Amino acid sequence: MRSLKKDERVRIGVTLNGRKVAAEAEPRMLLSDFLRHALGATGTHVGCEHGICGACTVLIDGVATRSCLTLAVQVEGREVKTVESLAGANGALNPLQQAFRDNHALQCGFCTPGILMSFTDYLARNPHPSEAEIRDVLNGHLCRCTGYAGIVKAVKQVAKG
Amino acid sequence: MKPRPFDYLRPDTIEETVALLAEYGEDARVLAGGQSLVPMLNLRLIEADALIDISQIAALDVISDRGDKIEIGAAVTQNRLLAWPQLAEKLPLLAAALPHVGHFQARNRGTVCGSIAHADPSSELPLALALLGGEIVLKSKRGERVLAAQDFHKDMLTTARAGDELITSVRFPAGKGAGVAFREVARRHGDFAIIAVAAVAEDKHVRLGVGGMAGRPLVRRIAMNEAVAAIAAWADELEGYEDLHASAAMRRDLFRNLAPRVVEEAIRCAV
Repeated sequence: MRSLKKDERVRIGVTLNGRKVAAEAEPRMLLSDFLRHALGATGTHVGCEHGICGACTVLIDGVATRSCLTLAVQVEGREVKTVESLAGANGALNPLQQAFRDNHALQCGFCTPGILMSFTDYLARNPHPSEAEIRDVLNGHLCRCTGYAGIVKAVKQVAKG
Repeated sequence: MKPRPFDYLRPDTIEETVALLAEYGEDARVLAGGQSLVPMLNLRLIEADALIDISQIAALDVISDRGDKIEIGAAVTQNRLLAWPQLAEKLPLLAAALPHVGHFQARNRGTVCGSIAHADPSSELPLALALLGGEIVLKSKRGERVLAAQDFHKDMLTTARAGDELITSVRFPAGKGAGVAFREVARRHGDFAIIAVAAVAEDKHVRLGVGGMAGRPLVRRIAMNEAVAAIAAWADELEGYEDLHASAAMRRDLFRNLAPRVVEEAIRCAV
């Protein structure tokens, strides 16, 4: 059994984007803050901190999850993937990222990391979704500048290919 | 916002969990998927001395087909149940209701039992459990007890669970035919429902349930050939409640308009 006191700081080891890393956290530290402040992986953005906006979505063992609703201690020994995992060598965009660029699916980019991670999980499960299915997954994200049409188009482009 | 400090306990077995609950009682909160609990902690609507994380207990991550009942363990996520190959055949009402529960990302972590434990009056799974006449299995050091859904869900966010009890599973009665329907009204898909209506067609009757009209789901059995009149009469009786999203009168109107369609759909699917 793992047992930690309120103010106890422990070293939490995770596999982040394929690399074993570790940093200190106390039990109440959210995964979103652990990624950004303890591990320096600032690609994951933090919006509402109660699971609505979707900006902080990451993959835990391949499954799209709100990092603001997950504690750092819960991912001990597990595999976490963030938006930093997507681009290839020399920053070459992956097909989903390229489709976002091609279709004006982002403006300010604040919500984009979370949306990319959600669709990374979803397209792995369902590579050829309908538009309704795409919109259903997108429901879990808030974007305040593009109006979503470009995002739907971008995912459709990848889904076709 | 960030949660206030708490002890974190991650037991490996049900026995360890029950022992911890006996020790901490109501000062502890059970953490499964955390999709309701962690927002409330982050917003500091609640606080806990300790969180007992049951999400990695393998014995609770089980869907078992017990013939007339389908038992769903406390660590089973909503998306895992939604992807269960026998769902449409064994639990058609759940197949219809689950896509309305939160968003894809929340269902990835949110558990079936957690939603029932949280007991939001408008949420989908407590309504489905009440309508089907399901059960909740509770375990503590004092022993195990099984409660009917209607005895478990007392009022808004209030259940019959004692502080030292762990919900180990819920049981849904299996396959009562395909005559089911589920619809809800929400501002946006995935939002909390303003009201949710579900129906199961039986031989000459329909079991009709509504969430979001009272502190807990309400269920009534009505005759198929007098359904419209029975719904109208029930709508007049219902008090409803007012919140940010809708007045009590709007809730009654929504029910009056939505329920006949849900009943009709359930009857149509049964044929």
